[in-house]
Amino acid sequence: MIVWTLLEAVILAVILLSGFAMLMLFERKILGWFQYRLGPNRVGPWGLAQPLADAIKLIMKEDIIPADADRVVFWIAPVISLFVALTAFAFIPIGPLLKGRAPWAMADPNAGLLAMLAITSIGVYGIALGGWASQSKYALLGSLRATAQMISYELAMGMSVLGVIILTAARLGNPAEALRFSSIVQSQIGHLWYVIPQFLGFIVFFISTVAESNRVPFDLPEAEAELVAGYSTEYSGIRFAMFAMAEYINLITLSALVVTLYLGGWNGPAFLPGVVWFVIKVAILCFVSIWLRATLPRLRYDRLMSFGWKVMLPLAAVNLLVTAILVAM
Amino acid sequence: MSLLRDIGAVLGGLKTTFKIMTRRKVTIQYPNVKKQRAARFRGRHILRKYDNGMEMCVGCELCQVACPANAINVTAAENDPKDPKSPGERYGYKYEIDYLRCIFCGLCEEACPTDCLHLTQEFELATFTRQDAIYPKERLLAKENSTFSIPLQVYPRFEGRVPLAEVLGGEEHR
Repeated sequence: MIVWTLLEAVILAVILLSGFAMLMLFERKILGWFQYRLGPNRVGPWGLAQPLADAIKLIMKEDIIPADADRVVFWIAPVISLFVALTAFAFIPIGPLLKGRAPWAMADPNAGLLAMLAITSIGVYGIALGGWASQSKYALLGSLRATAQMISYELAMGMSVLGVIILTAARLGNPAEALRFSSIVQSQIGHLWYVIPQFLGFIVFFISTVAESNRVPFDLPEAEAELVAGYSTEYSGIRFAMFAMAEYINLITLSALVVTLYLGGWNGPAFLPGVVWFVIKVAILCFVSIWLRATLPRLRYDRLMSFGWKVMLPLAAVNLLVTAILVAM
Repeated sequence: MSLLRDIGAVLGGLKTTFKIMTRRKVTIQYPNVKKQRAARFRGRHILRKYDNGMEMCVGCELCQVACPANAINVTAAENDPKDPKSPGERYGYKYEIDYLRCIFCGLCEEACPTDCLHLTQEFELATFTRQDAIYPKERLLAKENSTFSIPLQVYPRFEGRVPLAEVLGGEEHR
């Protein structure tokens, strides 16, 4: 049993890491298209070997540690980031249930949503500690921004999810199951996907996931225009790559989370298996995220705070209240 | 209301970028496809030859003087009358251009009195060592003859070095 679980974990990690490699190529390609360019196309056919070339380059690079850095924390920060990014996906069911178990998810606990939110929130430790341990002002400012950014969107994120939980509990008639991912998906089979009845919540949640994955327009912790590279300024070689991996795997995981909560998970017309529908939906959300990156400028620091507290949080609260009232009636 | 306007602005931006994504790409796939250079593009130099194979360079060193970057180094030598390299009295014995210094301004080409020095369209001058960036005369000299023919009436008839002693009328010289 434990061997099987370990095997599952290894398979999941391999899938996510190759997903990261493909997503990075995909992003560079599509960002190129958005700027009248072709994107990488030199290594291999259609540039498909580009991630491999990048990986070899980054692994061969020197792993520089600043003289004043807190060595242990500096070493462990990217590991935390990557660990969190890889772990969070374990809760997400990517295919239909078989024999009472969710074989397409590594774990499907009845508080899966809660565990998922808890784990993804740990991710900010990697960024905060990495910036702090670098003993560099840019890195420190980057990690300070990461922490401040997190508290301004995480509340709205949690509150917007509550609408989905209420609806799931109402549809299943069983509040105890409402936090289980597979139940959330099953309650959307044959019903409207939650993106329709929870449209406001979906928008708030999607914006929060963009902020959670530290991507444009919420990439304040990196902010190359002001902070060199923010928290990853002092990192090089494989440790820098680990931060990049964490960012992209977070993007995949959070897109998968949005798909599970709002877009019906593995649901779809029967001519394709559920897993394929799931992958297609995740890919579309990743594309939207890249599209946003190509379009929007970075938010100013104070604007992000006021957006999080004065727009997102009230919207999420209104969404929660309206949902609760409608369900109660 | 302002929130609605802001949402509209974001959606408008997304529409613009999506439209751009579907347009034709402007990238020129450089090593495979090379961009058309302008007719007067100034690239690597060439030392041209007359149609009979004689070097046009007469070793006047005006290019060296004109060069603002001190990239050109010419040492002239006198022609051997039995086997002249150029139609003039002298020829470029040593001719070096340092492409790490050259700024491709074309002043040398303008200074050249015989139209020998010419800037070609070639621009791929990357080298692995600094020494390789200094082009000796063999690399600069044209492989093929040009269509220019030696202008008559320009070069004085040159029969070889007259000993300085004769010129000075038997006076001693240092």
